[in-house]
This record gives sequence, structure tokens and C-alpha cells, in this order.
Amino acid sequence: MQSRCIQCALVALSLAVPAAASGHGFAGKRFFPATLATEDPFVADELSLPTILWQKVPGEGDGPGTRETHVSAEFAKRITENLGVGIGTTYKIVRPDAGETQRGFDNLEVHFKYAFYRNDAHEAIVSAGVDWDIGGTGARRVGAESFSTLTPAVFFGKGLGDLPDDVKWLRPLAITGQVGVGFPTRSSTTTAGGDETATRALVERSALHRSRELRHGGHAHDATDGDDGAERHPHTLDWAFSIQYSLPYLQSFVQDVGLEAPFNRMIPVVEFAMSTALDRGASGTTGTVNPGIIWAGQNIQLAIEAVIPINRRSGDSVGVLAQLHFFLDDLFPQTLGRPLIR
Amino acid sequence: MKTSRLAVACLLAAAVVTCTPAAAHAFLDHAMPAVGSTVRTSPTTVRLAFSEPLEPAFSRVHVEDAAGKAVDAGDGHVDAADHAILVVAVPSLPPGTYRVRWRVVSIDTHVTEGDYTFTIAQ
Repeated sequence: MQSRCIQCALVALSLAVPAAASGHGFAGKRFFPATLATEDPFVADELSLPTILWQKVPGEGDGPGTRETHVSAEFAKRITENLGVGIGTTYKIVRPDAGETQRGFDNLEVHFKYAFYRNDAHEAIVSAGVDWDIGGTGARRVGAESFSTLTPAVFFGKGLGDLPDDVKWLRPLAITGQVGVGFPTRSSTTTAGGDETATRALVERSALHRSRELRHGGHAHDATDGDDGAERHPHTLDWAFSIQYSLPYLQSFVQDVGLEAPFNRMIPVVEFAMSTALDRGASGTTGTVNPGIIWAGQNIQLAIEAVIPINRRSGDSVGVLAQLHFFLDDLFPQTLGRPLIR
Repeated sequence: MKTSRLAVACLLAAAVVTCTPAAAHAFLDHAMPAVGSTVRTSPTTVRLAFSEPLEPAFSRVHVEDAAGKAVDAGDGHVDAADHAILVVAVPSLPPGTYRVRWRVVSIDTHVTEGDYTFTIAQ
């Protein structure tokens, strides 16, 4: 009886704070999954462990190509209902076609995000944040920068559930996106010679590197000055968006078409992750298009995407991106999965 | 760190969190009448089946006609035998399109809400 009273009290307490009820990825009745290449607009308690990327990167000139595996982990925590902090890192394995395999961690990344607008009726949310790629915290042999990059950005999500009945089959569609500018703390660096530098250059040419850097800020467009060996680091416009068709939304709110598990929890998605150089002798856009499938369960989410470079500068082979994601607010609703300040 | 060690660490972390007892957000799994369906005769009840057990004191369901007027019997409740089922009785309804609105609290206090329509044929 006592436990029942405590439970009721907890429910009542949670209902007194309406925003607390939503938890991860909800705007009204719309559930937005955590996307892999596009930072979603939600502040949430979540853990991505691992995110794995496989990609073959072609060589340039006389340089060898590489086969790369990146294993990432990211933990995000709500400080308040609408303010969150996250930390992540990536362990890289770079296998050149000729030469020694390089392994090591990339720089640590810390981000803050604040959700300042939410419209449940129109399934819309907007947030702002900043990502800090902390220079010098990773291994240079796998391309970790010696300097930091700050990337302020705006994030948004919009479900199309408010479309009229005439186009009800489009209601499961949703779009999320982000736009930010990467500010490196150094305009240029001077690189040293040797194998380490060669490996680093290969890493920085990879579409994989570009895709990851899009989410967290970085230097996919670094240009090297042939006269003095200085590597210039331009400001970059980092932009990404995802288009999602939610089969759970279709089943629960539009039309029960008879989908059974596991298809009734699947969300086909296409992500576009791009970076455009703005100055310092660099130009053009690099990025990837990632079609894939997200399966959102009660407590975890599984996802797999193809990583298709948009042009030669972004790479010339298709990679694979996969993720296991945990909804900590569902797994630990009364401890780790709740905001620090309520 | 070897790749295999990292993989083992990831698997262990996954095992720890997935083996932890937990509830979650309650999603509408299926309904009767079904979401978006057309039925020949008026149902006597509307039954919603969710993915998680519900908190009876804070879970609601209503049925509205095309004008937005409530037409259910006002007795929406969580099924005593199965706490993942939400039920409301409806009187004999004339042909038309009806909207079911629900707002539920799962036993871990997460709130979800939604609505859908069904049609009674002429």
C-alpha cells in the first residue's frame, strides 16, 4: 500500500511539470528518433554506444588509400528540462593499403543544447546549442586536431501530422535539421613531415571524417599552402537534415495497415550531412547522403545507414554507419534518466 | 585499446542497461475499431491496447463526433484485468467519422497522447 502511495505521488509530481512528461524525442504525439548524422533538436538523457562507421577511403596522388573503422560513444544528460549537456569521443582505426595501421582516440567533444520553442499541436521544436571539439585531447596519428573548434548551431524538428485528410499518407513524414558555423581557434597550423602526417592527411580526406565533423564541427576543408606547409582551417557552414517516414506514426495515428513486429517500429530515413567552406582559400561543399532504417524499441534504438559521398572530394565508395542507442529516461526514469534540476 | 576489447565493453554496457527492469513510454499498439478503419455498425466500446501498463488514475480516452462533441459514455478506464488496455463505452452511433482522443501515463510516469479517426459506414 505504501509503495502504491509513493507511486501515485510520483505520478502526480510528474504531471505537475508537463514538459517532464514528454521525455526523449516527443513533440505532441510525434516521436522523433535519434538520427545518426544529423544532431536532433531534443534535450534528452541518452547514450549512443556504440556508433560504428566503416569506410574505404581512396588515396590521392601517390598516397595509399585506407580502410577506416570509427567507434564512437556519446552520453547526453539533461540539466533542466530544456537544457542539456553531452560528451563524446571516437576511437579510430586507420588501415592504409600500404603501411602500418594507426589507432587512437579523436578529440573529446562537449556540447550544450537548449530547447527554446516547442509546439505540440504542430509537432515542432527548435533548439540552439554549441559544440566544442577540444583540441589536443586526441591522438594526432589518427587526425585529432591540435586546436579547438567551436560550432554554434540551431536545430529544428517538424512533423507533418497537421496536414489535412486529403494527404493523410504524408502525415507520418517529419523533417529535422541543423545549421551551424564552425569556428576553429587557429586559422592555420604548420604540419611536420613523416608517416604520421601522411596518415593524418588521409584521414582528413575521408568522407567519414567529413560526416562526423559535420555534426560536431571540424575541418573537412583544410587547405595546405605548398610554399610554407601551413595548413589553413576555414570557417565552415555545417548543415544537415533528415527526412523520416514514421511507420509507428502511420500505425497509431493515421491508418492501421496491419504491420507487425518488427516493421511496426521502423522509421525509414534519409540523412544529408554537408559542410561548405567559407573562407581562407577553401571552397566547395562536401558531405554524404545516408539512406537507412531506424528501429525504435521501448528502451533502445537500432539504426543502420549507407554513407554515400556526394562528390569526389567527399570520397568515392559507400560506407556503412550503424548505431545502438539507449533511452536513459525510459531505462532509469527515477535516477539517471531525469533532469538534475527539476 | 584493441578493437575486441572495445567491442566487449560495448556489449557489456548493452547487457547491463537492457537487463535493467524498466518501463517506458506507452505507445498505441492497436485499437478496436482500428485506426483509420471503416466499420459497418456502431461499436459498443472503443478499446485501445498500449505497449506498456498504464497508470489508471491519470489515463483518459474520449470519443468525439465530426463537430468535436463528446459522444462516449464518459466511463473511460483502464481494464482491471490488463493495465495496458484502455476502454470506453459508446452508445449506438449514427454513420459518420469519429475521433478517439487519448492521453495516458505509463507506470513509470511518462505521458503520451494521440488521436485517430474511425468511420461508421452509411
